[in-house]
Amino acid sequence: MSQLVDSLASGHEGTVKDQFRSYLRRLKGGEMGSVPAIFAILVLTVMFQLASPFFITKLNFANLFVQSAELTMLAAALVFVILLAEIDLAAGVTAGVAMAVYIQLVKVQGWGLIPAMVAAFAVGLVIGFIIGFMVAKIGVPSFVVTLAFFLGFQGMQLVLLGEGGVYRVEDTKVLAIMNQNLPKWGGWAMLAISLAVSYAIALWDRRRRSALDLVNKPISIVYMKLAGLGLIGAISVYFLNQNRSQGSIPILGVPIVVPITIAILFIGTFVLDRTRFGRHLYAVGGNPEAARRAGINVVKIRIAAFVICAFFAVISGVFHASRIGSVDGSAGRTIVLSGVAAAVVGGVSLFGGRGRLAHAAIGAVVISMIDNGLGLLQMASGINYLVQGGVLLLAATIDALARRRGGVITR
Amino acid sequence: MSSVVTASVPVIELTGVRKSFGPVDVLKGIDFSVYAGQVTALVGDNGAGKSTLIKGLSGVQPFDEGYVRFAGSPVEINSPTEAGNLGIEVVYQDLALCENLDIVQNMFLGKEDIKTGTLNEPEMELRATKALQSLSVKTVKSVRQKVSSLSGGQRQTVAIARSVLREAKLVILDEPTAALGVAQTEQVLNLVKRLAEQGVAVIIISHNLGDVFKIAHQISVLYLGKMVANLNAKETNYDEVVAYITGAKTQEGAN
Repeated sequence: MSQLVDSLASGHEGTVKDQFRSYLRRLKGGEMGSVPAIFAILVLTVMFQLASPFFITKLNFANLFVQSAELTMLAAALVFVILLAEIDLAAGVTAGVAMAVYIQLVKVQGWGLIPAMVAAFAVGLVIGFIIGFMVAKIGVPSFVVTLAFFLGFQGMQLVLLGEGGVYRVEDTKVLAIMNQNLPKWGGWAMLAISLAVSYAIALWDRRRRSALDLVNKPISIVYMKLAGLGLIGAISVYFLNQNRSQGSIPILGVPIVVPITIAILFIGTFVLDRTRFGRHLYAVGGNPEAARRAGINVVKIRIAAFVICAFFAVISGVFHASRIGSVDGSAGRTIVLSGVAAAVVGGVSLFGGRGRLAHAAIGAVVISMIDNGLGLLQMASGINYLVQGGVLLLAATIDALARRRGGVITR
Repeated sequence: MSSVVTASVPVIELTGVRKSFGPVDVLKGIDFSVYAGQVTALVGDNGAGKSTLIKGLSGVQPFDEGYVRFAGSPVEINSPTEAGNLGIEVVYQDLALCENLDIVQNMFLGKEDIKTGTLNEPEMELRATKALQSLSVKTVKSVRQKVSSLSGGQRQTVAIARSVLREAKLVILDEPTAALGVAQTEQVLNLVKRLAEQGVAVIIISHNLGDVFKIAHQISVLYLGKMVANLNAKETNYDEVVAYITGAKTQEGAN
């Protein structure tokens, strides 16, 4: 208001220093994103390392990646509905039912891996559609719909698998996801591809802007981001490539689940940031009435969000089955709450309209670290739940306060 | 006032328009014309039928009877989409912006520019900037600001600029200054003036006659569902308008 500028800025102007300053202003304005969560990761690392000599070990480092992958995928699933200020408490049991269908088809019906998986994902999509339809078209609050499915599907899992039924997963491809590793060069290749793709997209964006004579941010910002990403990636790959076995058979390399997770998050982020659907999803989350007046089919967007949520949840179910090597009737009951916690702790706003898939991943790491670290300290599981609950409450409070403070200065 | 020689054909012309809700006749045969490049103020007391008239024009609640001509040709406006396709944009009192999106994203909401399957952000940013510049907007710092960080006046600015972007031929503003302070009201009124100078026909609903006299070329008064006066703003005065609004005066030949 106070400042009169003749030509409108776009937020891309200024030196690195200016950009850094406007970033700080955004933080102060309440757009903290996952900064508190990253801070929590650092604090937790120091705390647990001081408390337990086992926390920063090669084995536990790899464990953390594997443990958080499952939670990351579920939290990412929930991001799509939380962005609409909705909730899907049934995401975990949806995955459980889909996996029960998969194992039944493989074990009892003798289906192959691919058709059984396709059927499992189809079941997930149908469940997502039904939930979305009930919420968006009929208008039942998502909390109630998904709570009903949460209860009902626990029964469905038992019906499909029989009381106390536990089936071993025997397909090596499924087991490999969580239990096998990339060769050494594979980890480095993964890192190189990630960096190259990020760089290419940044260059492509800059080209498009300069073609229209629009200002670009200093290129050095791109380099700094890549360097940061590269450094964290390189340290991770380096450690994961060390032998972490305590026995005679060496175990080394980046777990296969890591590149799979990165690829899925990349695709999801691309859809959210760069497609019309993604834009409309954020718009409906921010102000459904405005979205409707702008001609957006709000019902369709809502249903789609629940369908995508269910799809991602089934992926998380596959990860879970792969990790524990079996499918049982209780899968997905408790993890869904950790998933919500992960998303919110990572910086996804429960009020809708704000949040990214990366936030889900960062939040999942925080929750997994608490789980893992307290486990190493041999704390009672009661303590674990207390701490997780406290962290979620803290994150939700930060979210509410940030929302009250309002918005941002520049992008 | 740079009296733009208005084209003789009105952008929108209503003849004998009626609308009832059950037994209640809200619009009792309205004749109303709006010209390009002019600001037409629609005034009247609560319940006079202003909102119903606007809802008919924007397709939200189509009229029951009467003729509507758009740029000379007869049309029927049965939905907001049809109104939008004709080039009629309504800037609502409650604005209809998404706070979590930035200015560019809001201006293109529902009409995003797509290139090779993805959002064409640079193009949208450029066009949004041009639309704001064409209205000489100086109060907004960056087109990539989130709407949540904007003041009420700035939000009005964005909403009005959106209609410029969509190349609206008729822009209807519903109480655009109702919630604004003095300085911001001034800015929005200037914006409305410039919108008209671009050749857009503007209808502004306002209870604030001070604002109306500042920007309107024509003042149309509704009284109990009838158009009782179409006054040239330069040839009338505050008291006369109030007299028509309150029913103390009726135009000769209006009844």
